[in-house]
Amino acid sequence: MNKNLYTPFFFLAPALATLLIFFFLPVGAALLMSLTDFDIYALGNMDRARFILFGNYLRALSDPLFWKALFNTGYFVLVGGPLTILVSLAAAIALNSKLLRFKKFFRLAFFMPVITTLVAVAVVWRYMYHPRFGIFNYLLSFFNLGPVDWLGSSAWAMPSLILLAVWKNFGYNMMIFLAGLQAIPDSLYEAARIDGANWWQQHLHVTIPQLAPTTVFVTVITIIGYFQFFAEPYVMTQGGPVNSTLSIVLYLYQQGFRWWQMGYSSAIAFVLFFILVILALLQSAIQKRYQEAL
Amino acid sequence: MHGGASISRIISRCIIRILPLFFLSCHESGSQPVEITFWAMGAEGEHIKSLLPQFERLNPGIRVKVQAIPWGAAHEKLLTAFAGNSTPDLCQLGNTWIPEFQALDALYPLDSLIAGSEVIHPQAFFEGIWNTNMINGRVLGIPWYVDTRVLFYRKDVLEALGYPRPPQTWAEWLEISQKIKAAAANGETRYANFFSLIYNDWQVPAILMMSNGGRLLRDNYCYGAFDEPANREALKFYLDFFREGLAPRTMTEFVNIYQGFASATFAMTITGPWNVNEIRKRSPEIAGKWSTAPMPRALNRNSVAGGASLVIFKNSPYPGAAWRFIEFLATAETQVEFFRITRDLPAVRRAWEAPELRNDPEARAFFQQLEAVQPTPPIPEWEQIAVKIQEHLEKAVYGQATLDEAIAQLNRDVDRILEKRRWLISNHLITSVE
Repeated sequence: MNKNLYTPFFFLAPALATLLIFFFLPVGAALLMSLTDFDIYALGNMDRARFILFGNYLRALSDPLFWKALFNTGYFVLVGGPLTILVSLAAAIALNSKLLRFKKFFRLAFFMPVITTLVAVAVVWRYMYHPRFGIFNYLLSFFNLGPVDWLGSSAWAMPSLILLAVWKNFGYNMMIFLAGLQAIPDSLYEAARIDGANWWQQHLHVTIPQLAPTTVFVTVITIIGYFQFFAEPYVMTQGGPVNSTLSIVLYLYQQGFRWWQMGYSSAIAFVLFFILVILALLQSAIQKRYQEAL
Repeated sequence: MHGGASISRIISRCIIRILPLFFLSCHESGSQPVEITFWAMGAEGEHIKSLLPQFERLNPGIRVKVQAIPWGAAHEKLLTAFAGNSTPDLCQLGNTWIPEFQALDALYPLDSLIAGSEVIHPQAFFEGIWNTNMINGRVLGIPWYVDTRVLFYRKDVLEALGYPRPPQTWAEWLEISQKIKAAAANGETRYANFFSLIYNDWQVPAILMMSNGGRLLRDNYCYGAFDEPANREALKFYLDFFREGLAPRTMTEFVNIYQGFASATFAMTITGPWNVNEIRKRSPEIAGKWSTAPMPRALNRNSVAGGASLVIFKNSPYPGAAWRFIEFLATAETQVEFFRITRDLPAVRRAWEAPELRNDPEARAFFQQLEAVQPTPPIPEWEQIAVKIQEHLEKAVYGQATLDEAIAQLNRDVDRILEKRRWLISNHLITSVE
């Protein structure tokens, strides 16, 4: 009896121990820290830390920079997320087409940005965005437009980073969509064609419903990934100009590792965590309802 | 058989001969040279290695192990090392970081070592720079190399407008700036000045406030003082350069400051010593057409005291050996040699008598400026506050806030940052500075 109860735990022990040491303990410590004003003074002497309960969370609520960072992150997720999904879906459909040649080459080319280090990519993109010598303004000049100060103006900096992120990330989603597309049986298209459906109707009534589970997965992955928007502003703009590209994660990184405001930084991390938990719950509720409808 | 036996004999002989060597070396380690670890940042971390043989020849009892750390990672690495109790014996610290490590109580006070030293005397260094290493009357670091900001200007542009010498006062500075703008041909974009607005570039407004006699923080560095008249006046002077089109808000008109300076898109800028060599290297076509000068004068002509110091960590087992190395690096001879390798400006005034520094007109302005430098507030929160200065002024530069709004917000943010400090002082958890 007892033996039966312990056996599964015995086998689970390594995994549980790893989880406990590398996940639950640090998260618990961070939660505790988020209730204190742990900072550079406290690092030297713990007497100099105060237990301030929800002080850090309240401080975040009244911190204009926190809201600015939250707004910027929302902007990035709401514009960049759907855009990435649309571009990757379009690319996947194009690559799945029987008419296209050199498929392997395009697949590799579209996937290349995903596996390239962002820091290396950023160097090239900074040149492309240069207001005077960059290729974007050069192309615009043919239409008598511009010049646009892409990274230097607070209005254009975020769209510029979104464009970079879409280009950098759509290849990954594209591969998943491609797998999804290849799983759709040809017979469905055949039946649709016999019914007289044109190209557009075939995609609207066969491809998109058949891809629904894949799309849900891609959306969840993209949104969670995009909420952790960090590397792009970190290497391209450092959050500027005038904090127009400051994201939540960049803000908590600055608070934590630049100013050693570990308490406040942990509190921001937990706010982001709660936002993601709510989103994940929402997502699973939608998915459940959708599956019931089927 | 015979051959095999001889091989085993050779092996056993070897073992017999080699084995004692291990014991010997173990035995010797007692009287072996002590090894001190030295963390140095960026280019200094690489260049310092060429000076080591000389030091080790003079001090056979000491070995120095240098670890080069990139600047970007240095601050984080040092704090982590402190938290993990694995700080080096000796370290290079940016002098604005000293208050932070003082607050951690991580640094070895050097006063008694200085008192007993034949090499290091406070008077040998620039006073303003030396003062950045003093907190609560105790010396925690020895200046290694120095850094400050001066005026870089195009001699030819100023001469063409009838100014044979660089601006001496703020009034003259403004007058020249307006003339440069007025003299621009039609359709040509000309700015008088360029002030960097990128993240971290708080120096220019801070220098202007200092030279207008303003104090940046008040009441034992517990509150922001940016609304005081001297500061407000200095900040208005700064903003007017942007508002009147005498300084660009963005770098749209040029690729980088070297190209902008070479094409005279702007004729004056305020920057640091590293740009002397950068301009010489990147824009040789304007050689002789530009120079450097100490800051124009308001109430005084103070600039900001920067650079790097050498500190010993408290938990070092060999503070004495570390001190010997600091003494070696602080001799005028080593300072000159280090300048030759790195072009870092020497902190020891006598080193400036070396011909390549004495005869270099661009370096000369730095020497004059270094006699009038002022430390930034010696508190750990300073860098955080400095970024706030830049952040709020940026809003005013872009017209998103008026000067008074920016100042009010800046003061409010700074007061919030200093709340912890006020609490610590009122509960006697830290020693106050004044």
